[in-house]
Amino acid sequence: MVMIFGKPLILLYGQLTLGLINGAFYALLSLGLAVIFGLLNVVNFAHGALFMLGAFVTWGLLTYLGIGYWPSLVLAPLVIGVLGAVMQRTLIRRLAGLDPLYGLLLTFGCALVIEGLMRNQFGSSGVPYAIPEALSGAVNLGFMVLPRYRAWVVIAAAVMCLAVWLVIERTRLGALLRAATENAPLVQAFGVNVPRMVTLTYAAGAALAAFGGVLAAPMNSVNPNMGTNLIIVVFAVVVIGGMGSILGSIITGFGLGIIEGLTKVYYPEGSATVIFVVMVIVLLLRPAGLFGKAA
Amino acid sequence: MTVSRRMLLGGAAVAALPLRARAQTAKIRIGVLNDQSGPYRDTGGLTSVICARQAVQEFAARGFDVDVIAADHQNKPDIGAGIARQWYDREGVDMIIDVPTSSVGLAVGAVAKEKDKAYVNVGAATADLTGKQCAPSIVHWSYDTYMLSKSTGGSTVKAGGDTWYFITADYVFGHQLQRDATHFIELEGGRVLGASSYPFPGTSDFSAFLLQAQSTGAKVLGLCNAGADTVNSIKQAHEFGWTAKIAAMLMFITDVHALGLPVAQGLTLTESFYWDLNDRTRAFTDRVRPKTPNNWPNMIHAGCYAGTLHFLKAVQDLGIAEAKRSGTAIVNRMKAMPTDDDCFGKAYIREDGLLMVPSYLFQVKTPAESKGPWDYYKTVHTTPADEAWRPLSEGGCYFVKT
Repeated sequence: MVMIFGKPLILLYGQLTLGLINGAFYALLSLGLAVIFGLLNVVNFAHGALFMLGAFVTWGLLTYLGIGYWPSLVLAPLVIGVLGAVMQRTLIRRLAGLDPLYGLLLTFGCALVIEGLMRNQFGSSGVPYAIPEALSGAVNLGFMVLPRYRAWVVIAAAVMCLAVWLVIERTRLGALLRAATENAPLVQAFGVNVPRMVTLTYAAGAALAAFGGVLAAPMNSVNPNMGTNLIIVVFAVVVIGGMGSILGSIITGFGLGIIEGLTKVYYPEGSATVIFVVMVIVLLLRPAGLFGKAA
Repeated sequence: MTVSRRMLLGGAAVAALPLRARAQTAKIRIGVLNDQSGPYRDTGGLTSVICARQAVQEFAARGFDVDVIAADHQNKPDIGAGIARQWYDREGVDMIIDVPTSSVGLAVGAVAKEKDKAYVNVGAATADLTGKQCAPSIVHWSYDTYMLSKSTGGSTVKAGGDTWYFITADYVFGHQLQRDATHFIELEGGRVLGASSYPFPGTSDFSAFLLQAQSTGAKVLGLCNAGADTVNSIKQAHEFGWTAKIAAMLMFITDVHALGLPVAQGLTLTESFYWDLNDRTRAFTDRVRPKTPNNWPNMIHAGCYAGTLHFLKAVQDLGIAEAKRSGTAIVNRMKAMPTDDDCFGKAYIREDGLLMVPSYLFQVKTPAESKGPWDYYKTVHTTPADEAWRPLSEGGCYFVKT
């Protein structure tokens, strides 16, 4: 058996695959954050709560309306997207032009309120959600047993990341978004409805979080705290990648997933810390993040 | 000499002091301290508070007032110990109950010992509360790591599950549970092939550890964690096609409910209370259920009810002046009187503070076997009280004479 640092190579393959899957999640969530920060200059601390709401909407659609997993992939992000638009119009918009710190506090408060209300209603131990029939079971890859559902998650997340990147980098809408990020008054002068674009961007970011929530519902316990654990890691990913950088978020998300996976083999106790160690090192060497532009 | 208004007011306040103090002595105050917003909210939380209040309501004959206050310790030892100090010193709390999360449970135990105040721990698992870190004013109700390990660990090995892999929460509770379980597994001739301890709290993906467990070929996956972590571990083990046995070393009926029977069926676990155990447990459940619509009582909730009830009986028997003076005096009286309540039946509290009740090994029913809401358990094995717990001589409690 081939060994690397005292661990069988075959085990490492498995952990790399798992790291990639978790990385897909990090990429998907940090992508939404990056998009929102890029255009609104808002550090969206409500992202974890929106992710959790996405999972709960998925559960609710099945429990109360009998709507299964596949339609939920579209419906839950839509519902949360609308909620995001409402949040942006009624609350976040009032802080436009102020220091980003205010937006951070506001969204953090929103997250606490949303999570508190959900806990009051559904408790903390969560609700069950089964893996869809078509994706249940697992395939033996030789070096590991890969659940079909996880394979689907990594593909779905990667496709979604690619699609968002293409929209922003290769379409006219994306060009307008990027232009508005640089100089909103000028874009508005050309006849573009910038306030509407800002609202839709926040809604799209929220929908991305909800999409992550739908993907997570069958794998994790659907409970009101599920976003809290993830959001801190996701913020680290955004900071390491460079605030507002789309490509940076995607690459860093996948990369950190893999680093975390390897830590779980060699020193599992440190697996929650390793991402922050990386963050410290990156910030010391490149204060703007790996892919960020120096201010 | 001129008498100012301020002096008059001051004099009036001083004159009123003894009156206020007298009024306070007629009141016994109970503090429920637990996790009200985090991962252990459903296993304890508000339902524990409701069950303690239920006991106060049912305890009729007295000559003193009782009130119940509650606080959230957020699973942080410093916060828990801080609230305990404030309660005992300034808020007139005579007894603190529940306190899940072993690290917090022990921190509050140290405060109770220092201040000679009564402390009935229900929610924390650590067996050290009646062992190395015992105190004469501490009672431990419902369960501990030793009793769980003996019941779930020992019986699983006897049933053929002789090789184990542990997934362990990296804090005092997880490690003690793993240590105690390992003891019983090896005693029965089993072997532990490996273990992964993961950062707590903050881990929601257990697949990496499941993969390592699978690679060892262990017959049993032992989970030394609790609450949402246990739920996630089992859900993901199911997803990764874990076909061997899973022994959840600490699991409550609330966790089974969160998993759903299709995933949870067949699991074995240990509790000292189940709502559908006998007529008395069903009667208790019928009384509290209207107050806890989304959460049925588990052994922690039952312990908060029974512990409060027995405490009040002891206070009445002892007399309120003596009860106010010393927590050790109350707890000594609690130990001297046999316990009798709807949740645990007739039992007694041992010299080191441990409640001596039988432990039940339950298996989770299949969806077909379950006939109604929360009809989840069938009893596989009952360990009588005198065998279920750590022998008195092995605990290392300093005031126990052996």
